[in-house]
Amino acid sequence: MTVSKWTAADVARYVIEDKKLFILDVRNKDAFEDWKIDGHQFEYLNIPYFDLLDGVEEILPQIPADKELLVVCAKEGSSIMVADMLSEAGRDAAYLVGGMKSWSMYLEPVKVGDLKNGGELYQFVRLGKGCLSYMAISGGEAAIIDAIRFADIFVDFAKEKGVEIKHVFDTHLHADHISGGRHIAAQTGATYYLPPKDAEEVVFEYTALEDGLTVNLGDSKIEVGALYSPGHTIGSTSFVIDSSYLLTGDILFIDSIGRPDLAGLAEDWVSDLRVTLYKRYRELADDLIVLPAHFMIIDELNENGSVAKRLGDLFAENHGLNITDEEEFRKTVTENLPPQPNAYQQIRQVNMGKITPDNDEQTEMEIGPNRCAVR
Amino acid sequence: MNITKTLDAKGLACPMPIVRTKKTIEMINSGEVLEVLATDKGALNDFKAWAGSAGHTILDQKEEDGVLKFYIQKA
Repeated sequence: MTVSKWTAADVARYVIEDKKLFILDVRNKDAFEDWKIDGHQFEYLNIPYFDLLDGVEEILPQIPADKELLVVCAKEGSSIMVADMLSEAGRDAAYLVGGMKSWSMYLEPVKVGDLKNGGELYQFVRLGKGCLSYMAISGGEAAIIDAIRFADIFVDFAKEKGVEIKHVFDTHLHADHISGGRHIAAQTGATYYLPPKDAEEVVFEYTALEDGLTVNLGDSKIEVGALYSPGHTIGSTSFVIDSSYLLTGDILFIDSIGRPDLAGLAEDWVSDLRVTLYKRYRELADDLIVLPAHFMIIDELNENGSVAKRLGDLFAENHGLNITDEEEFRKTVTENLPPQPNAYQQIRQVNMGKITPDNDEQTEMEIGPNRCAVR
Repeated sequence: MNITKTLDAKGLACPMPIVRTKKTIEMINSGEVLEVLATDKGALNDFKAWAGSAGHTILDQKEEDGVLKFYIQKA
């Protein structure tokens, strides 16, 4: 039987189009339990590859014959070996090229909507890691917000669209993924902005991202406006684009809210988070579409693969926006928090420019799910 | 520690370090110790999980100049 190769992009289509798939994940049990490829219609079997070295016969009955079969491992070596064994045993099998490493790196661009004076807003969905980046384009110019570290993807996308990247923003100093922001700015000559309160230790040049700062794209009067919204970090800043979209960074997610502890200051920042979510955001229009910097579970994906919801709906439905008692709120965001993201302290150091690990080391640091939210 | 045999798996990518180790450990007796040298970072978790699953004991492991060294006592 045949062995075929699937790329992360192929898997992404199956996730977004809600297709059925059977995944044989041959990583260690710990790795699988910590983090796997999520799909609504996916079924899983986790058997470490080293338990299959003597043959796959024993597990054949556990693999349905009527579904497509994808073998997944950390990089790809052991999934190729197991897919070959399955093929010899008479089963068609595919393996994921580059393994979970490539899944962690893949970005799917999704158009979120048109902007009023012409122009478009794109969300880049990193399915394997739950990161969301943005590019607003209009009048031949682009602004990028919360770019992940693969700078080329954004630079190439802008080229395809025939626009010049003028502004690159980070809503805050990220702890769960490595920012591509300053690298994109260096490549394109764009201005790189960071909230100064998060940038006290950074060792590179940046432009201060401050409350009320507004940039216009092209001559089309598309406004990208900054709104100071501390709580996840002390500098956390949101953006309102074209009076229609609210980019919340790691402050407010679709199904959860930001955690205030990743810089070790949970107790200090919890009241900032409360004020942002319960006062500053409440003053905004209910019809704004909320676009966060992360998602946690694929249930948050809309039909087109985007992660977006009306602010008014979140006020009604998001648990984190409906904790009336302040003490209960404080407890929720400071106690019983989920484990912190992989290598989050190192990642902060990278984003400050203090350490410069090579590409493989950066990939290692980013492995695993993002964990910047509290539900 | 008495090392009965050494396996050089440096430069090999997953799954080969484990595949070779499994074959090599069949050549020593129960209670004897196999030393494995590997450079694949994934080996750190894989050896632990594999040894647990196969019943072997990792007596010691260390990293020297980018080389991972495992000392595995055969079950």
